[in-house]
Amino acid sequence: MDAAAKPLTRNILPDRDYATLADYERSGGYQGLRRAVSELSPQAVQQQVSDAGLRGRGGAGFATGLKWSFVPTGEDAPKIRFMIANADEMEPGTFKDRLLMEKDPHQLLEGLIIAGYAIQATQAYIFLRGEYHLAARRLNQALLEARAGGYLGRHILGSNFSLDIHLHAGAGRYICGEETALINALEGKRANPRAKPPFPQVSGLWGKPTVVNNVETLCNIPHILHYGSAWYQSLGRGADKGTKLFGASGRVRRPGVWELPMGTPVREILEDHAGGMIPGYALRGFLPGGASTDFLLPEHLDVVMDYDAVSKAGSRLGTGTMIVLDDKTCPVRMVLNLQQFFAGESCGWCTPCRDGLPWVVVLLQAIIGGQGRSEDLDTLTDLVRMMAPGNTFCALAPGAMEPLQSALKFFRADFEAYITGKTPPLEQADEYY
Amino acid sequence: MNTIDIDIDGLAYRVKSGVSLLTACQTLGLDLPYFCWHPALGSVGACRQCAVIQYRDAADSLGRLTMACMTPVTDGMRVSIAAEQAQRFRGVNIELLMTNHPHDCPVCEEGGECHLQDMTLLSGHTRRRYRGLKRTHKNQYLGPFLNHEMNRCIACYRCVRFYADYAGGSDLQVLGMHHNVYFGRFEDGALENEFSGNLAEVCPTGVFTDKTFSAHYARKWDLQTAPSVCVHCGLGCNISPGERYGRLRRVVNRYHGDINGYFLCDRGRFGYDFVNSPERIRTPRLDNHAEIAADAAQQRFRAMLNGHLPAIGIGSPRASLETNFALRSLVGAENFYAGLDGGEQAMLETIRDLLADGGVHTPSLREVEQADAVLILGEDPVNTAPRLGLALRQTVRNAAFRRAGELGLPPWRDAAVRELEKQHRSPLFIASICPTRLDDVAGRCYRASPQDIARLGFAVAHCLDGQAPSPAGLDAAQQALAAEIAAALRQAARPLIVSGTGCGELAAIQAAYNVARALRPNGGQLVFSVPESNSLGLTMMAGKPLQQAFRRVAEHTAGCVIIVENDLYRRAPAQAVDAFLQQAAQVVVIDCLPHQTAARAGLLLPAATYAESAGTLVNNEGRAQRYFPVYPPPEPVRGAWQWLLAAMDNSDCRHFDDLTAACAQAFPALAGIVAAAPDAAFRVDAMKIPRQPPRYSGRTAMLADLKVSEPRQAQDAETALAFSMEGASVGIPAALQPVFWTPGWNSAQAVNRFQAEIGGHLSGGDGGIRLFEAAGEGAWFTQIPDAFRPEPGLWRVLPPPLHIFGGEELSLHAPALAERAPPPGVLLNPADAETLAVASGEWLVIASADGALSRCLPVKIEPTLACGLLVAAGLPDCIALAWAGPVTLQKGDRP
Repeated sequence: MDAAAKPLTRNILPDRDYATLADYERSGGYQGLRRAVSELSPQAVQQQVSDAGLRGRGGAGFATGLKWSFVPTGEDAPKIRFMIANADEMEPGTFKDRLLMEKDPHQLLEGLIIAGYAIQATQAYIFLRGEYHLAARRLNQALLEARAGGYLGRHILGSNFSLDIHLHAGAGRYICGEETALINALEGKRANPRAKPPFPQVSGLWGKPTVVNNVETLCNIPHILHYGSAWYQSLGRGADKGTKLFGASGRVRRPGVWELPMGTPVREILEDHAGGMIPGYALRGFLPGGASTDFLLPEHLDVVMDYDAVSKAGSRLGTGTMIVLDDKTCPVRMVLNLQQFFAGESCGWCTPCRDGLPWVVVLLQAIIGGQGRSEDLDTLTDLVRMMAPGNTFCALAPGAMEPLQSALKFFRADFEAYITGKTPPLEQADEYY
Repeated sequence: MNTIDIDIDGLAYRVKSGVSLLTACQTLGLDLPYFCWHPALGSVGACRQCAVIQYRDAADSLGRLTMACMTPVTDGMRVSIAAEQAQRFRGVNIELLMTNHPHDCPVCEEGGECHLQDMTLLSGHTRRRYRGLKRTHKNQYLGPFLNHEMNRCIACYRCVRFYADYAGGSDLQVLGMHHNVYFGRFEDGALENEFSGNLAEVCPTGVFTDKTFSAHYARKWDLQTAPSVCVHCGLGCNISPGERYGRLRRVVNRYHGDINGYFLCDRGRFGYDFVNSPERIRTPRLDNHAEIAADAAQQRFRAMLNGHLPAIGIGSPRASLETNFALRSLVGAENFYAGLDGGEQAMLETIRDLLADGGVHTPSLREVEQADAVLILGEDPVNTAPRLGLALRQTVRNAAFRRAGELGLPPWRDAAVRELEKQHRSPLFIASICPTRLDDVAGRCYRASPQDIARLGFAVAHCLDGQAPSPAGLDAAQQALAAEIAAALRQAARPLIVSGTGCGELAAIQAAYNVARALRPNGGQLVFSVPESNSLGLTMMAGKPLQQAFRRVAEHTAGCVIIVENDLYRRAPAQAVDAFLQQAAQVVVIDCLPHQTAARAGLLLPAATYAESAGTLVNNEGRAQRYFPVYPPPEPVRGAWQWLLAAMDNSDCRHFDDLTAACAQAFPALAGIVAAAPDAAFRVDAMKIPRQPPRYSGRTAMLADLKVSEPRQAQDAETALAFSMEGASVGIPAALQPVFWTPGWNSAQAVNRFQAEIGGHLSGGDGGIRLFEAAGEGAWFTQIPDAFRPEPGLWRVLPPPLHIFGGEELSLHAPALAERAPPPGVLLNPADAETLAVASGEWLVIASADGALSRCLPVKIEPTLACGLLVAAGLPDCIALAWAGPVTLQKGDRP
């Protein structure tokens, strides 16, 4: 497949550690930025991204151009604005942004600078997951190169637009992936989500208009500017446009992450790219978009990885990185593992999440430990209902409930087996996690 | 008021527009539980307890769960509190909160007035399903005021939202995360903020409880209570003191819509323990040692009055109008002295005159909070009038509220408004001698001598109105600052000037008036801080200056000297007081606590405190308020006014109400005081108002250790309240209601049911009556002081700022408060310190120029203090130094 069909990963080559500025420039890097700042108005850049149909790759799938358009413009608008790259990739099973940052850091920088230009930002930040040491090193190196190359700093490429990027390594909280919690963390406060309105586009970092975009989202932007929105639209296979990094982890033959057109069927990803299940293991289910999405079953293998198609199947596209459940791994234990993660990552602000998730953990531990009671499944259902979307302050707990609620639906017998003690639970199964 | 119609559970209600649905439900008296919401703190949507079902329209039968606190009421909206889904959500939410809550209600001091108990019952959660371990915390030592029991925490965040966001404290935070969030300090230590005690009421359960109450704990329902007024500063915050077994157990906030609202300062909350002091004067004494019976004392008192020279009376700014008036009646107007230091009296009289006919509105604290540009001239309100300081802290938020309005955000969306505060702050200018506790929110601070503070004020007034006199010789920086302040005040919709007696400079008060007068076209307001609970009331009684009393005795034109509730050593130089008391034929002192003056009394009569007697006080804004006795004083203690009444031969006054009426008649300006509260004849359905709640326990048994038969209950002939459980139970005016309680609402939050609207006025009106409204034209003050010029080798001692802890006489006798009093010391400018070769922590000998007076005190370097000034802190008798004129300084050794 040619580079234009895989714009995001074209610089990721097997024989190369990562793309330097020279490598990046050789592949047409910073042409999109050059075009944006020399030929296009900020509104025109926004328009082009809107026309391309780019949707946020962080999980929610909000239209990027539309998000930018909420930033107030005009004479009365605040002069200071911030553009932030959300690089706090902490969703269990998700490792796509890491690849992009470690292997082709300039692509993120260019996307961030163009986005900054589109909203006329005065400063930009990369909020990086603290544990991504290698990405931090390479991004810092890339920042030095970009400044030296005139892509960053005062009068970028001789234009009137000036911007600098600060790299901020987070202190290790999943909730920082929520954009308003990220903003609080960047201000040095507790990483609690903020109430909306006001939305960050109006009052974000230090009370100034702010846009937060996911790393992968931003990485699409140089190419949209360089090759145009029509080209970008042609990349998708279904309703959604462009390519996306899809991944698979679990007992597949070749776990990994691949850039594929939006709308690629799950079967193709799991069977062609991931090489199918390891011999001796059968597919029992999968979380299509990371840890906070509902389980889908083998019968859903022909679902295409589009925002709407996955929703229709009962789950979410999320980050597009699948976690595969095989027939020798206990789904109850898998869910417990996830719930322990989410319970530990609750910011502690609202009651259902703060006190509900630990209770879920206690119940799952009791069930697995042989102390489960038949009414425990009703309690779990109650808790799922308590943490439904809209009932909590942010989306963390509702996300946490997605694998649980679907596991209760699809794998109820496994829960009941622990409780009744009739079937020996999959205790002998080797622990994947 | 704009109203709209909403439908709750099929019933139509008319509610005020612009409020949250939760506020509307509380105003309507509907039982909708909540935790994180607080009327003064707004909505943040953290606890998820106030969930209701909101329907799209009349056809919608499913509806959507929504948090009432975060939902604005809209015309025609249809919601359900009773919907099964909402009820189940609220029940499980409480169940979640209770997973970690200890079942220690029987030994928890919050029990019986616990919002969590109330809300749990309301939500119907009765059976525990959670089988896991509870998370546990370690508690912290938080100082003498509050207990800390973190295991009880339900993480509603109200403590930090009050303490840090509302009161500006920086040492209480939320730490940790997930279900291990911890509300405390980074290490053990006394909470620094002056309003920390409110945490005991803000906390919906027993995490923060009143430690002074713990020392002599009783359940809320066992406390006898009466409506009362705080006596520890001049603001007149309303309080509910509670008594059991003749001991005052605690003070809690008593909502007043115009003054204190929901919050008290720590002096007001914890100062009460002076009433229980073992040092209390409990029996009449002769020459400060021989105890005599009350009758004998009364006879002795009458005999002393029958000397050939007229008796003179010295009143007090901490005594009620009735006590001062009784004294004045006893000795005659010509022999009545106010008992104030001359300088203070002059300042108070100026304030009184400006209130009466300065033609500028004096705002209540509620109005103070609305100000959108503030200039403080010479005051440190958090210390001199703490609750005013808390109100002023809120003023800087008004720009953010206005901005929120422009963005279509309601003012109660607390997190959103606080976000906007980063960019939008109303201006607050502080001109003071030393740093103040509001500096952190001030746009500009100006440090100078009292004279120069006044000069800045005059300059601001002149910038605003060319007619106002201009000070000569200001430097360019002062000119620019004055212009900047004037511009900010002129642009404001509700500009406010704050001044008072705090810096001891009459010219600062006059300058403040000039600024406010210049702002009259812009709606300028002026508020003064006065030092004591009845400073203004006393000043309205036209007592003569204390120095004239001294002269009377020196000239042998006075006989017996009667000093009521006043320690003259706090008012005048010791030598002068010594001479006065020595020369006086006889000295009668009526007071509740011993002091230097009482020690010199030939006859000392024990006076009741505010907790044991009735009285009327006039606060800083000229509002007359009545406090009622909480319990009868232990014999032979009686109200000072009662001792004085009994000494009168031919008075028409027999009762408290007679005194109030006579006082009102004698002073036209005080004519309104009879309406400050209902008189003793007031009845509700022909019944008196019981001070004891219906669940008061042990009535027949509590004195059985003394006498088996139940004694007759004490009678209260002086007020409409009864020392009893029996009496009216419904229809009591909220302002007279001893305790706010309604079935199902046992905590402080029951006040919701006694307000005309949430956060508004009490149903039937707040207590008290304003005696002044802006009238007259006033005139510019034209006497502008010269700039302060230090004299080489001499320093001017400034009166000690009245520190919130220790700056007030009575509360210093409360052990918890005394523990927080700052250590004695002096503040000095670094340049002066260098000249004297002293460093911070070293000692300094301060001597009056004539060498008669000298003190040795540790030094603290204060970079912003002007050269040539010395501020003595933490030592009441430093005031003596201030009277001594310029002093010399010399490095000394620690004594």
